Amino acid sequence: MTREMTGAKMVVQALKDQGVDTVFGYPGGAVLPIYDEIFLQNDIRHILVRHEQGAVHAAEGYARSTGKPGVCLVTSGPGATNAVTGLTDALMDSIPIVVLTGQVPTFMIGSDAFQEADTVGITRPCTKHNWLVKETDALADTIHEAFHVATAGRPGPVLVDIPKDVQFANGTYTPPKPSTSHYQPMVKGDMEEITELVAAIENAKKPVFYTGGGVINSGPAASQLLRELVEATGFPITSTLMGLGAYPASGKHWLGMLGMHGLYEANLAMHDCDLMICIGARFDDRITGRIDAFSPNSIKAHIDIDPSSINKVIKADIPIVGDVGHVLEDILKVWKSRGRKTETEAVASWRRQVDDWRKVNCLAYANSETTIKPQYALQRLEELTKKHDRYICTEVGQHQMWAAQFLNFEDPNRWMTSGGLGTMGYGFPASIGVQLAHPDSLVINVAGEASWLMNMQELGTAVQFRLPVKQFILNNERLGMVRQWQELLHGERYSQSWSEALPDFVKLAEAFGAKGIYCDNPADLDDAIMEMINYDGPVLFDCLVEKHENCFPMIPSGKAHNEMLLGEADTQGVIDSKGSVLV
Amino acid sequence: MSALHIKKGTSKHSAYNLRPTFSDVSERHTLAVLVENEPGVLARVIGLFAGRGYNIESLTVAEVDHTGHLSRITIVTKGTPQVIEQIKAQLGRIVVVHEVHDLTVEGPSVERELAIMKIVGQGDKRVEALRLADIFRANVVDSTLNSFVFEITGAPEKIDAFADLMRPLGLAEIARTGVAALLRGD
Ligand SMILES: Cc1ncc(C[n+]2csc(CCOP(=O)(O)OP(=O)(O)O)c2C)c(N)n1
Ligand SMILES: [Mg+2]
Repeated sequence: MTREMTGAKMVVQALKDQGVDTVFGYPGGAVLPIYDEIFLQNDIRHILVRHEQGAVHAAEGYARSTGKPGVCLVTSGPGATNAVTGLTDALMDSIPIVVLTGQVPTFMIGSDAFQEADTVGITRPCTKHNWLVKETDALADTIHEAFHVATAGRPGPVLVDIPKDVQFANGTYTPPKPSTSHYQPMVKGDMEEITELVAAIENAKKPVFYTGGGVINSGPAASQLLRELVEATGFPITSTLMGLGAYPASGKHWLGMLGMHGLYEANLAMHDCDLMICIGARFDDRITGRIDAFSPNSIKAHIDIDPSSINKVIKADIPIVGDVGHVLEDILKVWKSRGRKTETEAVASWRRQVDDWRKVNCLAYANSETTIKPQYALQRLEELTKKHDRYICTEVGQHQMWAAQFLNFEDPNRWMTSGGLGTMGYGFPASIGVQLAHPDSLVINVAGEASWLMNMQELGTAVQFRLPVKQFILNNERLGMVRQWQELLHGERYSQSWSEALPDFVKLAEAFGAKGIYCDNPADLDDAIMEMINYDGPVLFDCLVEKHENCFPMIPSGKAHNEMLLGEADTQGVIDSKGSVLV
Repeated sequence: MSALHIKKGTSKHSAYNLRPTFSDVSERHTLAVLVENEPGVLARVIGLFAGRGYNIESLTVAEVDHTGHLSRITIVTKGTPQVIEQIKAQLGRIVVVHEVHDLTVEGPSVERELAIMKIVGQGDKRVEALRLADIFRANVVDSTLNSFVFEITGAPEKIDAFADLMRPLGLAEIARTGVAALLRGD
């Protein structure tokens, strides 16, 4: 079934045929024909953001919380350049999004036309792939292929640049069909390697699962299989920031998050294990700490759909290229068929060792009756919201790490945070995308005051579309994470890490037509949080917290897992000159 | 051997089983990369090398399959075994890359480069240049009373050697294509 239509109509038709229900965008001269088509239909909802960066983060939030690709529509030139941060963020965290940009007409490309930018050139390094469509006849196929590339293999952002004359011209529309392009990543793992891993599982005395965002990207079935494998083997499991929720925080074998601000028991288990089973994670520097001291005595198995992740940082002894879900299924099959063996006794004593580490209680902090400690605020938030159908987003900074430490995630797709790029300003628009996908759920963005201000204009979007997103700002009036590093690393010289001239957040909320709540007293906190939860509309919660709290545990840059700082007492002269050049 | 009966540092998928992947000895490799001949494909490949800090010693590209619109890029690069493995994996990730071959590993291969050189001079030097060109099987493709233009093909080392000899004889300009390479045999 092919039909003649304009390029602009094709765009909308292709999106419908791809099952898209929501587009985040911002109009401009080079996309007016497409906006005209959007005006003329009711199947696709267009969410008008207030800045194109917001559109991309909202699409990321939508994608991460649904598993479906997020879609953006922005104009040429500044519209496209504003999308660059979001594209880079999605590339680093493997989030499938499709961004459509307008472009000046083909006959004006290269003439420095008004609002012309070399969009495919600028976004080449920050997309998984991008296309400039020069003929209307190629448009539909290109958009369909864009969806295929965004979602196949390791997911990521793609961009289709559409000149205005291509939007106006007539061409033949082709509906989606199974992709015939050569791009078909391998999903089944090599059985020989899988069998080798099963043998290692059978013989391991001190095993640990180290899981990441790849488990979540693989889909809910992968999380299910992971849970089955963990329960059946009884091996302890930790996860990166990106992978939280794949295994439930209430699970018996859960160690908590690992890495720079990860839990003591998780990092020590990584350091001391004899078998590390890395599933859909990539040995990021926030995870490994000092490479030459990273888990010195373990056999490392690495399951990843992207061959370039394997051996990039850490040498894999058992490399398995494939989709996490497929590989886990095969591991379980082989392991069961060989009699479900583990070194039961050794593993039990390993678990006792882990329990001893747990007793260190690494998240302990000194609470206060007069000041709200950020950790306390999050504990109360957890307590009062855990029974809700809840999604959490974060900004970037100390609050993000505390949120990862103190909130518990029972399911995948419930935790949206900027991991790889660490983008301040991610969380608020992301929460908008999540709320649109889950209108009846409780969506909370745990924010720092500085990060939140980076995309605060999206309060207009939240109010316009009646999105009851809760902005829970842990306001320390500091660029807290920067302040912490300056304290530990730069002789307490707090260069530019003050949040000066902050707005009155309550008045700010009211100016937009949202609700503002202020709280600075631990005794009032529960009531204030309940008021936030129960309010049917967007809330800006200004939670004034302790200004100089540091986030622990912390593995300083250039240190190994077993050189972790547990609290203020450990911090004297910690980072040597070699570590201080690291970020 | 560890208690798990797995030799640490082995990987069946790697051609580098016999030496440590994380060795810091730099090696020269010739890669053949088959790509869709679409606009921007060369920029993707070069951008990858620039963005990730990899070396390019030489690079040649041309469409080799006009009906399938496939181009062949031959890249000579240098790096530690780990970096070479990464380069290949990263190239393989580019959506429009169809195949990546490491001719240095899959070899033996033939490598050829073409160069044209202008030699300006008179008298003995001119005669000597012509004599050496004959030895190196370089062809004269242009001549005036004061100059020759030689064309020479061969492995890059042969061209280097010829250029070194021509320098004192009046080498004025040189243009090189970079390496094209194929596996030997069938
Ligand atoms: C766009 C961007 N700019 C700069 C940084 C560097 N940075 C990391 S955390 C941080 C401070 C964040 O402050 P805030 O949002 O108040 O969070 P807090 O650490 O105080 O909880 C900064 C500036 C960043 N991650 N992103
Ligand atoms: Mg702050």
